[in-house]
Amino acid sequence: MKQHTRNTVGFLVLLGLLAVMFYVNVNSGSVHLSIVQVFHLLGNGNDGSLEGNILWKIRLPRLLGTAVMGGGLSIAGFLLQTFFKNPIAGPFVLGISSGSRLFVGFFMLVSSPFFAGLYSPYTIFAAAFVGALAAMGLVLLVSGKVRNLSMLLVIGMMIGYICDAGTNFMVTFAENNQLRNFTLWSMGSFSGITWATLGASTLIILPTSLLVLTLSKPLSAYLLGENYAKSMGVNVKRFRVILVILSSILSACVTAFAGPVSFVGIAVPHITRMLFKTSRPEVLIPATFLSGSVFCLLSDLIARTAFAPVELTISTVTSVLGAPVVIWLMIKRKREQA
Amino acid sequence: MYFETRDLTVGYHEKPLIKHINIGIPKGGILCLVGPNGSGKSTILRSITRHLTSLGGCAYIDGRDIFRMSSMELARHVSVVLTERVDPELLTCREVIAVGRYPYTGHFGRLSPEDEKIVEESMALVHVAELCDRHFSELSDGQRQRVLLARALCQKPEVIVMDEPTSYLDIRHKIELMNILRDLTSGQGLSVVLSLHEVDLAAKLADEVVLVKDGTILCFGAPEDVLDTQTVSGLYDIHDGMFNMTLGSVELMGAMGEPSVFVVPGEGRGAMCYRVLQKKGTPFATGILQKGSVDYHAASTLAARTFEAPAFGPASEKVLFFARETLKKCACVVDSGTEFGPYNQENLELLILAEANRIPVFSLRETGLLETPSARCFSSAAALAECVSRSIV
Repeated sequence: MKQHTRNTVGFLVLLGLLAVMFYVNVNSGSVHLSIVQVFHLLGNGNDGSLEGNILWKIRLPRLLGTAVMGGGLSIAGFLLQTFFKNPIAGPFVLGISSGSRLFVGFFMLVSSPFFAGLYSPYTIFAAAFVGALAAMGLVLLVSGKVRNLSMLLVIGMMIGYICDAGTNFMVTFAENNQLRNFTLWSMGSFSGITWATLGASTLIILPTSLLVLTLSKPLSAYLLGENYAKSMGVNVKRFRVILVILSSILSACVTAFAGPVSFVGIAVPHITRMLFKTSRPEVLIPATFLSGSVFCLLSDLIARTAFAPVELTISTVTSVLGAPVVIWLMIKRKREQA
Repeated sequence: MYFETRDLTVGYHEKPLIKHINIGIPKGGILCLVGPNGSGKSTILRSITRHLTSLGGCAYIDGRDIFRMSSMELARHVSVVLTERVDPELLTCREVIAVGRYPYTGHFGRLSPEDEKIVEESMALVHVAELCDRHFSELSDGQRQRVLLARALCQKPEVIVMDEPTSYLDIRHKIELMNILRDLTSGQGLSVVLSLHEVDLAAKLADEVVLVKDGTILCFGAPEDVLDTQTVSGLYDIHDGMFNMTLGSVELMGAMGEPSVFVVPGEGRGAMCYRVLQKKGTPFATGILQKGSVDYHAASTLAARTFEAPAFGPASEKVLFFARETLKKCACVVDSGTEFGPYNQENLELLILAEANRIPVFSLRETGLLETPSARCFSSAAALAECVSRSIV
C-alpha cells in the first residue's frame, strides 16, 4: 500500500474508532441513552432531567477528559522514546509519573493546611509538573552514565520505587480525611474528571501537543541521531531541553487529573507506528494522539463496565493491554540484535 | 586553498590533543587523514564539523571562517557522513535522504519541487534511485553508506566530511564508494575531507594526505610525495611485517636465519613461492632478482637472503659467486616455473648447478625442464611447500 493511502486510511479508521468509542462510552452505564436522545441533549444543553444530568455532568466531561488525556499521555511517551532513542521509554516506566505522584502527595497531604486556598486544578498540575521534572532530572543524571537500553528501564523503575516510598511514608502519617482524597486520586482513574479539570487539562494538553506538532521538522532530523541533527543545523541542546519540558508537562497534566496511568505512553506510539508503518513525526504525532484517545476510551470503558457496578482502576486495564506490547517489543528487539 | 585550517588546535574537555594543524585542499580535491586507530583523526574531523569545540585557530571555506558561521549557515556549507550507526525505524531511504534538505526548508520541513529535484539528483549521483522506497533498516552496509552519502549531498554542501566511510564495507563496496567520491569531486566540484585507516586506499583516492599519529601531524602532502614504505611502517609502528607502497599491499616478515631452501624466481611467480614458505616458517635464499620486479619487492621482506641484479642488466660476478655458494649449502631448490630467456640465463644456470650437485629440485612447472630431468613437478604451491619442509628436516 502506498504510504499516502495508508495515512489516509489510518486516520479515517482512527476517527471512526473514536466516534464509535464516544458513542459506546456515552451509552454504557446504568442508564441507557438512545442516539436520538444523545443528540437532542447535546443540542439543547442540560434540561435538568436525569438523562441530562448523567450526560452533561458525568459522562461527557469524563469522556472528553479521557480522550484529551489519553492523547497527551501518548504524545509524552512518543517524545520520551525519541529523546532516549529507546522504544521502551514512557512516563510511567521512567518513574516520571511516580515523581508527580510524590509531589502531588506532598501538596495534598502535608502542605495542604498551608495552601488550603490555593487548591485548584492548576496548582495540582504545578505540583505534578515539578515532580515530573525532578524525576526526569534524576533519570537524566543517572542515564548519562549508562547507555544501555534495559538499564534505563531499571533506573526508571528504581526512581519510581524511591518516589513511591516517599509517597507511602507520607500516606502512613497522613490524616484520614485528606488520605481518602489522595488514595482515590493515586489509584488512577478518569472518574474524577469534572468540567473544571477538563478545562484545565484541555488548556494545557492541546496547545502543548500542537507545539509538539510544530517540532516535526527537528524531530525528523533527530531520528538520524543527535550528531546528524546537529550537522543539519538543529540546536540540539535547546531541542533536548524542549523535549524534556514538553513531555513533562504532558505527563504531569495527566497525572495531576487522573493519577498515574501505566503503559499508555509506551504502548500507544508503537501501536501507531505499526498501524501507519512510518516514523515521520508530522504523521505520527496527530495519529498517536488519536490512538491514545481511542486506547484510553476503550480502557476506561472496560474499567467501568467489566465488573460493574465495581469500577476498576484505569491502570489495571492499561497494564493488561499495554504490558504485553512492551514484552513483544523486547523480544522483537532481541531478535533483531541476534 | 579552498578549504583550510590555520593553526587549528583540537582536543577534548579543554585539553589540547593536536596543536597547530595547517592542512587544506583546493576545490574539487580529496583530503584524507590517515593514521592508526585512536591517533586523533576523528577529533580533527569532529572539530571541523563543530561537533567538538575547537581549542584555537581557524578553519576556512572559500575564505569564510567556519567557526563564526551560524549552525544553519554551516549546514549549508559542510555536511557529514559519520561512523555511528543510524537506525531510524520505518523510514524509507527517500525520507532519510530528504532530511538532508533541513537547512533549506521552511518551518514545517515541507519539500518544494526544487527540493524534490535535488533529492532525485542526489540519489542518482550515488546510484540509490532504485532503493528509494525501501526501508533504510533493510539495507546492507554498502547501501546504507551510499544512502547516507546521498543525504549529505542533499544538503548541497561545498565540503563533505566523512569519518572512516569504508569501515563496514567489503572490498567491492569500498571500490564503489571511492569511484563515487572521485566522480563527485572531479565532476561536481565538491571537496571531500575524510579519514581512512587503510593507507593503500588513501594513496589511491586522495589528492592530499595528512598522516596523524599519537596526537601529532607527521606530514601533509600529496600521497605520491609523502607515502613510502618507511613512513608507513613508522606511522603504524609495524615491526613484524612491511607495508609495501609500490605494491600497495601488506607483507608479513619472513623467517630469518641460515637459508635451507633456495628459490629461483621470475615473472612474479617467486612471490607465491615465498609466501607458502613464509607460512611454514622456512628461511630461504632467492636469486637472481631483477631490481624493481614484483619478486624483488616481495623478497625484500620475505627472504632471509637475496641476490640481485640491476634492472635490465646482468648480475655482477660477485653476486653470482655468492648465489652459487649459498645454493650449494641448501637442502633443496625451488624452481618457481618462470620462462627462461636471454636476460635470466643465470637463473637457469643455478638450476643446472643444483642438478649437478644432486640437490633435489622442486618445480612448479607442468612438465620439467630438459636441463633438470630429476626435478619433481608440482601443480600446487602448497603441496610443494609441504614437500620442502619434509626434505629439510
